[in-house]
Amino acid sequence: MRYIDEYRDAHLVRGIAGRLAALVTRPWTLMEVCGGQTHAIVKFGLDELLPGGIRFIHGPGCPVCVTPLELIDKANLIAARPEVIFCSFGDMLRVPGTAGDLLTLKAQGGDVRMVYSPLDALKIAHDNPKREVVFFAVGFETTAPANAMTVYQAHRQGVRNFSLLVAQVLVPPALAMLLASPERRFQGLLAAGHVCTVMGYREYEPLAERYGVPMVVTGFEPADIMQGVYLAVKQLEEGRAEVENQYKRSVHRDGNLTAQRLMQDVFTVTTRQWRGIGKIPDSGLKLREPYLAYDAELRFGVSEHRVAESTDCRSGLVMQGAIQPAECPAFGRLCTPDQPLGAPMVSSEGACAAYYRYRPKKL
Amino acid sequence: MNILDDDPLSRQAEVNFSGVTKVVSLAFVPEAEAGHYVIVHAGFAISVLDEQEAAETLALLQQIDEAQKGEIAP
Repeated sequence: MRYIDEYRDAHLVRGIAGRLAALVTRPWTLMEVCGGQTHAIVKFGLDELLPGGIRFIHGPGCPVCVTPLELIDKANLIAARPEVIFCSFGDMLRVPGTAGDLLTLKAQGGDVRMVYSPLDALKIAHDNPKREVVFFAVGFETTAPANAMTVYQAHRQGVRNFSLLVAQVLVPPALAMLLASPERRFQGLLAAGHVCTVMGYREYEPLAERYGVPMVVTGFEPADIMQGVYLAVKQLEEGRAEVENQYKRSVHRDGNLTAQRLMQDVFTVTTRQWRGIGKIPDSGLKLREPYLAYDAELRFGVSEHRVAESTDCRSGLVMQGAIQPAECPAFGRLCTPDQPLGAPMVSSEGACAAYYRYRPKKL
Repeated sequence: MNILDDDPLSRQAEVNFSGVTKVVSLAFVPEAEAGHYVIVHAGFAISVLDEQEAAETLALLQQIDEAQKGEIAP
């Protein structure tokens, strides 16, 4: 397909790798934030094309992975109610909660449905006026506008049997935390092209300056990622720390203002718990007035439900780039996509799943 | 991309993803027109692909590639 195939040209990708080899004088570690990029890197073996000393560590950009256990348990509590039709993206259905996952609940008779867009859930609410339809609003700034628009439309159309279980998180506060960490192991950063398509990259400029870390807004195809690496390493070699935009075909500095306005109308910023990482101030979104009536936690009285996270899974360390997936003792042994201990082994954006799927030889 | 509904909030299009067609909301890309390429998340287009920037990025990548070829040839 046009605008995809040409960015997957192996010759082009190798060419950039060669150019990079001519540029680099010392080892550098880059973090790619987005789980979609992690999968592309591992799938296409881009890390293996990098000249000596340049390596990737993988960031926390997998929305399913960072959704806290507590919210998965709340999803299970709500989905178990007989009047509820619980809708979610497919990835979320197999993430283990304290007492099983949503798919198991479905097998036991719960009405759990996989949808492709929150608008599909709103349509189900229209078609089933006697049922309560709940959508699990998981994701970063890429899905927030879609969820905001769905609530906005439900309100406008007077659809009362619809609500959102909100698990919406924001990238820059998590990055600020990783950048400020004394154990930070990366010097440059590839920012996620689709998050920046929505939000632009003004928020990243003070972070790059304050921490002296170059950030390159990067696309998702192999040639995009290699060019992102090239630009980040070029900055590091030249002693610069700026925000650059590799993904100009989709990203503008201000982002998509129409989408941002709607997000701000419907949501307000809140502190959120990131699974395996902990609480990060101002790192998420929750519904605001007049949309609080669409908050599933309030509607079903689960907002006070608390659970402690298990320590068996080291996903928090993986998502902060402190260890690689295969360094976890459970990887591929106690923890597989069929029997996952943690979300990164489940999600199509999870780092553990990427290594399990594309690097079986390294088990 | 083929436009189905023209109300700004519920504006929709059929979008072809390498052979699979899905209906996508255009609420966040009022500038989108039939024939455009869009980037889609959760059933919503979040940007219209800038074809000129795409061509420039590709040209830049090919320049890097050419430069590399030059370096390899004896």
